[in-house]
Amino acid sequence: MDIYLPIANLSVNALVIILLGGAVGMLSGMFGVGGGFLTTPLLIFYGIPPTVAAASASTQVTGASVSGVFAHMKRGGVDFQMGAVLVVGGMFGTAAGAAIFEILEALGQIDTVINILYVVMLGSIGGLMAKESLGSVLAVRAGKPRPAAKRRHHPLVASLPMRWRFYRSGLYISPLAPLILGFVTGIMTMLLGVGGGFIMVPAMLYLLGMGAQVVVGTSLFQILFVTMASTMMHSLTTKAVDIVLAVFLLIGSVTGAQIGARLAQRMRPDYLRLLLAAIVLLVALRMALGLGWRPDEIYTVQAL
Amino acid sequence: MKWIVALALMFLPLSLSAQAVPKLVPDVSQRQINIQSGFTGAELLLFGAIIYPRGVAPEGQIDVAVVLRGPARPITLREKQQIAGIWINADSSDFRSVPVYYAIASSRPLRNIVDSKTAAIYELGLDKLQLSPSGEVDAKEQRRFSNGLVDLKQRNGLFRQEAGSVEITDQVLYRARLKIPSSVPVGTYVAETLLIRNGRVIVADDNVEVRVRKTGFEQLITVLAQDYSLFYGAMAVLVSLLLGWFAGYIFQRI
Repeated sequence: MDIYLPIANLSVNALVIILLGGAVGMLSGMFGVGGGFLTTPLLIFYGIPPTVAAASASTQVTGASVSGVFAHMKRGGVDFQMGAVLVVGGMFGTAAGAAIFEILEALGQIDTVINILYVVMLGSIGGLMAKESLGSVLAVRAGKPRPAAKRRHHPLVASLPMRWRFYRSGLYISPLAPLILGFVTGIMTMLLGVGGGFIMVPAMLYLLGMGAQVVVGTSLFQILFVTMASTMMHSLTTKAVDIVLAVFLLIGSVTGAQIGARLAQRMRPDYLRLLLAAIVLLVALRMALGLGWRPDEIYTVQAL
Repeated sequence: MKWIVALALMFLPLSLSAQAVPKLVPDVSQRQINIQSGFTGAELLLFGAIIYPRGVAPEGQIDVAVVLRGPARPITLREKQQIAGIWINADSSDFRSVPVYYAIASSRPLRNIVDSKTAAIYELGLDKLQLSPSGEVDAKEQRRFSNGLVDLKQRNGLFRQEAGSVEITDQVLYRARLKIPSSVPVGTYVAETLLIRNGRVIVADDNVEVRVRKTGFEQLITVLAQDYSLFYGAMAVLVSLLLGWFAGYIFQRI
């Protein structure tokens, strides 16, 4: 079934897009991540222009995270105060991201920067995750009790001025720390089409030291609003949001997410995290190889 | 009186030869190509008749070339080079007039039917396109960039050159099919027909226009995204939110 994408200006197989969304959605249901970090590269491999891929993927993440936010809200798993600070940071981040995007596009280096960012980010996060989950899997195998996770914020965070109380997170820290975190993920959302959950969740746990029960909900809350902002920003600046592409991705991903969530209940969390780490590292490796391999197209056309 | 007759005699062959120019009656299968949701590309039939003076076809072989050309646009072409192990855009060149689409079909290979000068004048063939490079002065570099551009567009299906695909029947009727890929840009295209004999273009006709445009939903989306981007963005967000929320709601019931 062929479908014409009016913004990407080419026709694609709708089934491939739905399946792609479904596969990513399944992972996001299993691991609680938005899955944008997989959608964007996969769309680019499939032949969608990188800008359209990043812009439409962020629109898709909005839809993929909305039901999760509701679910966590009901459980009281969202720290709205923390979320609001993150969102404000995220808004500034998307604006900064749009400016960076424009500069890089004028220089003709946007694709390379996107690729390098992916490799660095996925490589380091995947590596950390693999190390941590491998450690706990081995510990469980050896019959040793898992070392309890330390819940303290980073000394750097503690040194920031002007402290606020975040009751639900159980924190007394400077709002500057989550503001900066939101800002950085906002830039990532704009440039890479990722929600940023896989950066934010570890950062909230290990840098801010937030309580685990509000981490995922608050991160989803921030992702929801920042991907909305980034869709708006892309619509206004790059004009690269392909709503048809986003809808087909969503049809796949919302279905996949439900299947993934049910699968996840049958699996051990440690193994689940190890699997996610492996997938993340694989994508990073593929992108790293892509940088060094001779590309299919040496030349690219940019309209003046 | 004598000199008038002499003058008339002098101009007679000229006026005869002017009359002797055949006339082309070209047409296309579609004056309008509509891009809509199921669009996977199109095939355009360019056909027509050659009307000879006094209805007699000349001795010897005639050849026909047809060209379909989209509007020209200025572009920047970037070239990747391997720097420190990574392939990045390292060099670039500007072209002031690159047709968004260019397809040429001929009854025989172009180099066999026209000389290089004629081909250059009429821009017959992918290597004869006047792309108006600017900025780059070195001729060798310019060549490299033009070749890269033509090669890229050819593999995207937006530049085509097909020899032998124009069929000529009884020296009078001709027809050729040109493929148009789904990624074809919108605009007004011009279909040109050239009658070629003895290496020269005898007559050319470029009065047939083909409009490529998005219609219906596809056009609506494009216009909204371009001209009402704030509304379009809000709509995209809303659609995404509703779909996500609705799916969550449905699956809760199952």
